[in-house]
Amino acid sequence: MRRNQVAVVGAAETTRLGVIPDMSQMQLHADAALNAIEDAGLKISDIDGVATAVETPQQIAHYLGITSTWVDGTSVGGCSFMLHVRHAAAAIEAGLCKTVLITHAESGKSNIGRTPRMIGPDSFNGQFELPYGVTTPASMFPIPVLRYMKTHGITHEQIAMVAVVQREWAAKNPRATMKTPITVEDVLNSRMIAYPFRILQCCLVTDGGGALILTSAERAKDFKKPVYILGTGESVETPMVSQMETFDSSRAFRTAGPLAFREAGITHKDIDHVMIYDAFAHLPLYGLGDLGFMPHSETGKFIADGHTRPGGKLPVNTNGGGLSYMHSGMYGMYALQESVRQMRGIAPAQVKDAKISVCHGVGGMFAASGTIIFTNQT
Amino acid sequence: MAEAKRARPVPTPETQHYWDGAKAGELRLQKCDACAKTYFPPRPFCPGCGSRKVSVVKASGKGKLYSYVIHHRPAPGFTPPYAIAVVELDEGPRLMTNIVECEQTPEALQLDMKLEVTFEKLDDDISLPLFKPAKG
Repeated sequence: MRRNQVAVVGAAETTRLGVIPDMSQMQLHADAALNAIEDAGLKISDIDGVATAVETPQQIAHYLGITSTWVDGTSVGGCSFMLHVRHAAAAIEAGLCKTVLITHAESGKSNIGRTPRMIGPDSFNGQFELPYGVTTPASMFPIPVLRYMKTHGITHEQIAMVAVVQREWAAKNPRATMKTPITVEDVLNSRMIAYPFRILQCCLVTDGGGALILTSAERAKDFKKPVYILGTGESVETPMVSQMETFDSSRAFRTAGPLAFREAGITHKDIDHVMIYDAFAHLPLYGLGDLGFMPHSETGKFIADGHTRPGGKLPVNTNGGGLSYMHSGMYGMYALQESVRQMRGIAPAQVKDAKISVCHGVGGMFAASGTIIFTNQT
Repeated sequence: MAEAKRARPVPTPETQHYWDGAKAGELRLQKCDACAKTYFPPRPFCPGCGSRKVSVVKASGKGKLYSYVIHHRPAPGFTPPYAIAVVELDEGPRLMTNIVECEQTPEALQLDMKLEVTFEKLDDDISLPLFKPAKG
């Protein structure tokens, strides 16, 4: 795909984030979508492409009253929206549609009108993982981390710092769920969930949504502050965490990330801002290593030394992340929203003069990955 | 009220030999006749080279502890805290399992410790491969 041919011209989250028991999941979709359409200065009738995950595009199109010429129902977990951005950019460039709406919503906390996600007892996961007592993502996602720590020489204190640093970013964000400062000691003394991870190393559970509007860069010139898509990548590996090629790294990450960097034609020193989907505290380490910012063996020290915190040389997860900002279940959309805010120059914890942002997402338990590189430069 | 039991796997045509093996007290893998890759989970073709010429082989049942979590939350059929582990078999493939006959603590569960298979009978049709610390 060619660089800077497509731009984000509308971006918004739901009016409220957190606990929203008075709205169904579909209402949250519509609230985010209408906010994004308004942000772009468009009307519903201007939208001719629809992408969403978990819910189907026809549910969204019907609910909002959209007549579409292109849809994408890719549903690979929390990074589905990164893949939607990639697919929408290709579709717009190919002329399949002109203006795409990508929506996410999840009543993750309140469970109102939520689409169930079931694992059949005759599926691979049902036969070879569920009988061993896996339940929530917290029981599965951290399974690789002890091996990662042993291979790369990462300490418990270093991984605890991920949560500490992200709380520092969250403290600057009025919409963040958790803003009270925490220490490494607080993290390592918090309630044990799935050793080695404690509650402060696990994502929040909240309600909310977000939406993006994409169009061609040529049309984008007429909109306020378009954010261009410089490079994209995606990959999937396995639905079973136990079947990853290795726990020392994520194959989906190290396929998607470099693809996006090559497409963008940039190197790591060009990057001003990074989002790495943090459902759990080890993900920023995997992300920094697999995206080639540094060897995996240096990721823990890099974070512990404060390089990703406010004022550090590589700002990471500047909204507070899934650990402190919000996490409705599929957090990728909120990472994308923060990258767009940073590129528009309107983020609550704005990185001064940021010109290029990398937004990296995970789906399932390292099952899928999507990387989008944004820029505000034409 | 009956006590909640652990999730019971339901075999499919391509996995039946695995569960038949477990019922007979054997851990069965598959090996490609063309490229010699040993693989898991069960499929009637090699995920390495695509050949449909594959054989079912009996695994040694020996391996080492690759990684794990100790889950502290409730789950049907389990008393927390309990370890959810991944074992790397001597033949190469890895599988999820639980570690039995061993304290469920970080001190007792050392990465790379040697393990051997054992089977827990769930009912007349399904026995589940579990692992325990290897003797000697």
